[in-house]
Amino acid sequence: MTAVNATLADDVAPPSSSNGAPRPRRSRRVARTKEATLGYALLLPALAVFAVFTFYPFVKNFDLAAHRPGPYPTSPNPYVGTSQFFQIIRSGPFLDSLRSTLIFVAIAVPLGLFLGLALAVFANQKLRGSAFFQIAFSSTAITSIAVAAVIFQTILSPSNGLMQWLGIHTNPGIALSPSWALEAVAGISAWQFTGFSFIIMIAGLQSLPEEVLEAARIDGASSWRVFWRVIVPLMSPTIFFAGVIGTIIALQSFGAINILIGVPNNFTHTNVLINYIYDEIVYDRNFGTAACLSIALFLVTLLFTVVQFRALEKRVHYAS
Amino acid sequence: MQAEPGDALAAPDNVELETPEELAKRARATRARRLRTWRRRRSKFWTYLGLIVGSIIVLFPIYVLVVDSLLQPNQLASDPPTLIPTNPAFHNYSDVMTQFGFGHYLVNSAIQTAVIVSAQLVTSVLAAYAFVFLRFPLRRSLFLLILGTVMIPFEVTVAVNTTTVRNLGWDGNFLGLTAPFLATGFGIFLVRQAFLQIPKELREAAVIDGYGPMRFLWRIAVPLARPVIAALAVFSFLGAWNQYLWPSIIANVNPSIKTATIGITGLGGSSELAGVQLAAAMISLAPLVLLLIFFRKNLIRSLTAGAVK
Repeated sequence: MTAVNATLADDVAPPSSSNGAPRPRRSRRVARTKEATLGYALLLPALAVFAVFTFYPFVKNFDLAAHRPGPYPTSPNPYVGTSQFFQIIRSGPFLDSLRSTLIFVAIAVPLGLFLGLALAVFANQKLRGSAFFQIAFSSTAITSIAVAAVIFQTILSPSNGLMQWLGIHTNPGIALSPSWALEAVAGISAWQFTGFSFIIMIAGLQSLPEEVLEAARIDGASSWRVFWRVIVPLMSPTIFFAGVIGTIIALQSFGAINILIGVPNNFTHTNVLINYIYDEIVYDRNFGTAACLSIALFLVTLLFTVVQFRALEKRVHYAS
Repeated sequence: MQAEPGDALAAPDNVELETPEELAKRARATRARRLRTWRRRRSKFWTYLGLIVGSIIVLFPIYVLVVDSLLQPNQLASDPPTLIPTNPAFHNYSDVMTQFGFGHYLVNSAIQTAVIVSAQLVTSVLAAYAFVFLRFPLRRSLFLLILGTVMIPFEVTVAVNTTTVRNLGWDGNFLGLTAPFLATGFGIFLVRQAFLQIPKELREAAVIDGYGPMRFLWRIAVPLARPVIAALAVFSFLGAWNQYLWPSIIANVNPSIKTATIGITGLGGSSELAGVQLAAAMISLAPLVLLLIFFRKNLIRSLTAGAVK
């Protein structure tokens, strides 16, 4: 990251100093105050939005989590400290939800990473039509989760001819099946993430030194070996970056489950954390529980990110 | 060094002049060349095979979207499935606009996206300018604070934001729909990186020419950072247009504020409407396809901002 230290403003702050006559100290202070005022004024719009919609809710979550709803709607919510939070994160529904979330991430992210990288390796060759393939493979990145869910709802629908033609007869449909619903929505997420992962991977491939790949090929290494022994190690920083982003996206992936499986979500096995939070807000109006779950989601996200960044640092040192 | 086989055929006299070693050498060279050509052809074959298999995995769902949006309800359930629309039902597209009010949702999406994109550009440029070109107490801490917002997923703040927007009386209107997204830590970071690239001589020259801070910002800094600002615009367009969770909460209060993404899912449920629903999905995808085709470079620049140096 580039250092913030030396600004250009520092270097040009006293414009009059060049012509010899030292400026009176007071006017310099006035200029500095003016500059600071302008700085704060320019930051104000962004800071106001963050204050209301990011920092306040983040802090407020802890307050909400520390209060339990009263016995009836108008009664005050008694302060219970951390007991509610710990009670929730030890409860059965939470642990099921965490498990579903982890399964979801473990399917969607590696699949999307692998497909994105493999497609990028193919589309990066200088061949006729590679521009078309590059646009085609990026296309799932622009598909909204609503559109993706609707497409797969059609494909997976038991009344659609496609599934019958493939010899898959499920009743109810896959999206409502207790054994396959989670895998199906994770697959949809993987499909959607493939485009994003492809874009990141192809940018990474294009920044690799061409000579290294060329040398490996001249040495007679097979494409398969070049892929696993040369491309994957060289690309490891890019792969990890895409993995971090993909994990964050997957942890917040809500649309597919909401649309395909619907609410209220009676399936415990597809009740990923974000879906659990939504149900608590919209249906149960239980903001204390939702706050506890939000804190848990934040901690899970943070944990994943920190672990992946640790791994990333190690791999970068290893590669260089 | 090595003679072409063609040459040898054209001038057979040369053959007599070649020693056995030269002959062997030439044969080796020919074999090596053939092997190279064969390897190249083989690798080209595998590449095309990979591209085609990849296209099938990635594009098949989109193909289904295009085809099924043109099917009659009874064709959707046909066995074998209809993979080529012989009798395209273009009326799905007009029906969804006229009978199901999808046009209204598209307008909502357009307003929401326009507000979010323009606000994010303005707040990001102003904040980035302050961080790069101005000096004031707490500057570094404030920057880290803003960078920290990137670490807090919006989903974590959704519960409280729902209450906040309700208390402000904004639930069910455009203010509530857009307010949480009027600034972005990622955007500030991105534009700041671009401003840091501006040579300081330029800033000095502008001060000598009597440019005030605002004039410098709009006349020099913003034009120089245009590619990055365009990348941010494309990125925030994509994010805003495709939003799902927040609009679904807001639209719960007031259905007339539904955006296109919520409108599409609202059409679901019956197989009668599947074609219409897919037509709606196609329509909502159209602006993004144009975005991808015409602004691919900008989109890639924003998505890879942190990935590749």
